[in-house]
Amino acid sequence: MERDDLIEYSLDAHHSEEKGVEIRKKIYKVTILLTIVTIIEVVLGAVIKQDASIWPLVKWTFLALTILKAGYIVMVFMHLGDERKWLRYVILVPYFIFILYLIFIALWEATSIKSVLNYFS
Amino acid sequence: MAGHTAALDSKTLWGGKISPFSTSYGKLMMWFFLVSDALTFGGLLISYGFTRHDCLEAWPIGEETFNSMPFLGHGYPLLYVALMTFILIISSVTMVLAVEAGHRMDRKGVTKWMIATIIGGFFFVGSQGWEWYHFIHGSEFGKIELSDGAVAIVKGHFGEIKNFTVTEAGSHHKKGDVIKEDLMHTFQHAAAAGHITNGVIILHDGSKASITKEKDHELKLIIKKGGKVNKASKGKREITGRKAEKLYYEALYSGEANRVIYGANLKQNEYGPQQYAQFFFFITGFHGFHVFSGVVINIIICLGVVAGTYHKRGHYEMVEKTGLYWHFVDLVWVFVFTFFYLL
Repeated sequence: MERDDLIEYSLDAHHSEEKGVEIRKKIYKVTILLTIVTIIEVVLGAVIKQDASIWPLVKWTFLALTILKAGYIVMVFMHLGDERKWLRYVILVPYFIFILYLIFIALWEATSIKSVLNYFS
Repeated sequence: MAGHTAALDSKTLWGGKISPFSTSYGKLMMWFFLVSDALTFGGLLISYGFTRHDCLEAWPIGEETFNSMPFLGHGYPLLYVALMTFILIISSVTMVLAVEAGHRMDRKGVTKWMIATIIGGFFFVGSQGWEWYHFIHGSEFGKIELSDGAVAIVKGHFGEIKNFTVTEAGSHHKKGDVIKEDLMHTFQHAAAAGHITNGVIILHDGSKASITKEKDHELKLIIKKGGKVNKASKGKREITGRKAEKLYYEALYSGEANRVIYGANLKQNEYGPQQYAQFFFFITGFHGFHVFSGVVINIIICLGVVAGTYHKRGHYEMVEKTGLYWHFVDLVWVFVFTFFYLL
């Protein structure tokens, strides 16, 4: 039997030298962006204390920056942005449905458990 | 789906004569594996959030827990983990450059970038080892239970212990002996076991010794759990200066066991609730294991590149697939970094 792992399936397994220059430029751009975002996160984390009044805003900024970083890694480094639209959906949609549900239910339950613990302590 | 396959010739089709999403079997299965692995990590991080959310005690704060740098000591909040994050991001970049070189059939380029990725991976695993070492050994001050029942973590610069001078002979040491080895270790063990009373330490062999120690600097107690006198407002209050020094040494030299906790293990830790250390060990350990296996896979694929296996095959898809796994490891770290260190 023919070994099917040796066959080239993907449409975009090759590109030209000129295209390569373009792609590398994009990679370097994303690198700089991720580095800057990480520096911003660390500076915010080290400078602003958790009991500061601005902390809730910083917390949400961290979450937003994390999603931004994750988005760039998945879409550019993992080339999901270059794949077929439906492949993107097959991977991202079920994941987000499960995870958002899990986050919701975990926080909801934790709040309830905490109120019970507080009541008995 | 079928519409897309029109652009592929028969050579590129799967056994069922179509090629879903115009992608290869291996790549699609790698994506499915990554989705399931991402659900595992998602579940772990959400259970961490769950525990943190329903915990009545004050949860540790990243910049207070992780503030050490190699060769420089303490007082550098989040700097080391930022460096680790940077190393992993850069190794992700070198990996994507290897994939790009593979698309141009540039074997030399692939080899070069793969080796850079492997080096970055080793650096990250090593950094994590160092991080664990520090987490397990803890700070020089530890977490202290004050005389009124309040619990505080301690920040500042620990004055060096110069020596122990034996004042009462035991089975090993004679009176007048000056001990200069393994001081910090002995000191911490004795303090945790309650073998120090009013500046006099009881050594392993039963001998008693006085402690010669330099003064601490910028000693600061951060109250994590309120006591009768030292109440914590909003779960946090800081005590500095002479009062902090007095309270700290009063408790440390009380002669009672378990007033101070150093570092972390699976039973107790100095940072906060015990679940915190459990989650730290499990999640960063599980991630570190992923990084390690990623490095091993990268080495295997890199050998294949050097041997020319993929060049003969006509495409570097194996590099792309192992690249997907490597980027995933980076992706997970982005989230671990946020939830363990920043929030």
